[in-house]
Amino acid sequence: MCSPKDWNAQKGFYFEKLTAAHEISTVSQDIVDEFAFFEDWLDRYEHLIDLGRELPILDDAFRTNEYRIRGCQAQVWLHPSRINGLVYFTADSDAMITKGLIALLIRVLDGRTGDEIMNADLSFLDAIGMKEHLSPTRKNGLDAMIKQIKLYALALSSQANQS
Amino acid sequence: MRESSHREFEGTVLEDRVEQIRSSFPILSRAVHEHPLVYLDNAASSQKPDVVIDRISRYYREQHSNVHRGVHALSQEATDAYEEARDTVCEFIGADDRSEIIFTKGTTDAINLVAFSYAGRMLEEGDEIVLTQMEHHSNIVPWQLACEISGAIIKVVPVEEDGSLNYEEYEKSLSERTRLVAVTHVSNSLGTVNPVKRMISDAHGLDIPVLIDGAQAVSHMPVNVCELDADFYCFSGHKMYGPTGIGVLYGKQELLNRMPPYQGGGDMIESVSFEGSSFNSLPHKFEAGTPNIAGAIGLAAAMDFIRETGFDFITDHETRLLHHAHEKLQAFDRLRIIGTAPEKISVVSFLLGDSHPYDVATLLDRLGIAVRSGHHCTQPVMARYGIPGTVRASFALYNTIDEIDVLAEGLERAEGILF
Repeated sequence: MCSPKDWNAQKGFYFEKLTAAHEISTVSQDIVDEFAFFEDWLDRYEHLIDLGRELPILDDAFRTNEYRIRGCQAQVWLHPSRINGLVYFTADSDAMITKGLIALLIRVLDGRTGDEIMNADLSFLDAIGMKEHLSPTRKNGLDAMIKQIKLYALALSSQANQS
Repeated sequence: MRESSHREFEGTVLEDRVEQIRSSFPILSRAVHEHPLVYLDNAASSQKPDVVIDRISRYYREQHSNVHRGVHALSQEATDAYEEARDTVCEFIGADDRSEIIFTKGTTDAINLVAFSYAGRMLEEGDEIVLTQMEHHSNIVPWQLACEISGAIIKVVPVEEDGSLNYEEYEKSLSERTRLVAVTHVSNSLGTVNPVKRMISDAHGLDIPVLIDGAQAVSHMPVNVCELDADFYCFSGHKMYGPTGIGVLYGKQELLNRMPPYQGGGDMIESVSFEGSSFNSLPHKFEAGTPNIAGAIGLAAAMDFIRETGFDFITDHETRLLHHAHEKLQAFDRLRIIGTAPEKISVVSFLLGDSHPYDVATLLDRLGIAVRSGHHCTQPVMARYGIPGTVRASFALYNTIDEIDVLAEGLERAEGILF
């Protein structure tokens, strides 16, 4: 087991591995392995929050009500775009834990086809012990965000099928 | 020196007493996320002592039947226990007459009862209801609905920076069109204790009745509705060591008699025909259908528990907890306490730098510390401070000084992660 500081020293290795293997299942498994490094729950959260901090900054133009997913407690802003038939997301949240979870979702779902996103298995969130944050009763916007991501994917894939 | 050793001695006695009390709350010995539970979400709901749990269990095991109906022995026993519970409540809050005690589902239900009853017959277009900025949503929304029905309007008394009510504005808000003042005794998000006795007296000067939301008061301080001269006083069982789904509306007989029933059904009628029905007398007029019998009996057991523990001990101990919490939290440079009114009890609301309350509460939870995060159903007062919410630690008679130290240690860890 290691601390978040040890993790930072090793993560270069992991990101290399990430770019080499791009399947959703592989990326998810990488995340599960990565979190297994941390025995202490607060270290896990610290790592998650660090991942959120590395998320590219969301353009202020998208930090508007139009892109806002209302959670009762935390807010999420999500901006999807489509390039060459693949869906990309930028997002942000005012809560660091939610933002860390967004970073994980983006890592798994970014740059994929609408079909891939719609069928994506997100059980890795359960495997790393973060499933509780997906519950709508937590009202942190994450559950609504995943629904929104899948809706975008559905809309984009049906557009693609029509054209 | 002598004074200090005397205080130490008192402290030890208090600690022993708290340990003894804690042992009668079975849930407090459980672990959460492999840490001993530190339960600091008492303003949301308090835990239950054995005497309450056992009383509810005994009722269902030995006494259950419907009330006010059967001639058989069990129905009589259940009715006796239910009506004795009403007597216990009547005595606990110092009401004059047992018919002034209406059992409801809770504070929300009690306020809705008054609001809808008023909207039906006692409010007209242009009439005014006076509320404060620190009210819980359950003392705002029922009045908004009543105003929609009747055309009455709401006037809001502002809150000062420290969380006290702006009394001058309160006085100004009262007018000949004011039909009711509805105010919380203790703010659930700031801890402010409002000067309700004076507020009632000033409103009565203009013949305006006053409803007090006592949800956050009754477990922390002795409340006597006659001394306060409150016209309505509402509270919940589950915030005072009793069961969920039971609460009380106290109302002065004269007002309750004038008010039309809120819900129709069994038990609240005298006679029914398709030409019309006549209603039962107080308190049954407002208790339609089979009531929460076990809830009422459990609530009475909780009141007995509080009375036996004694408010002298409760207020002493909880004041000590609050002071210790303020002292510990003020040691954090980036921590800001929201609500520092001179008259304050049992609640510390705070923000840690610019971190989100959700993050702080999630990290504390992993250490077994239960606090609340969010707006605490008081969005208007959060808006007054320009914040989306706070982290709230709220205390009960079973909390300890050590638990507050654990909270402070937890906050140190959270601070290390978040900043």
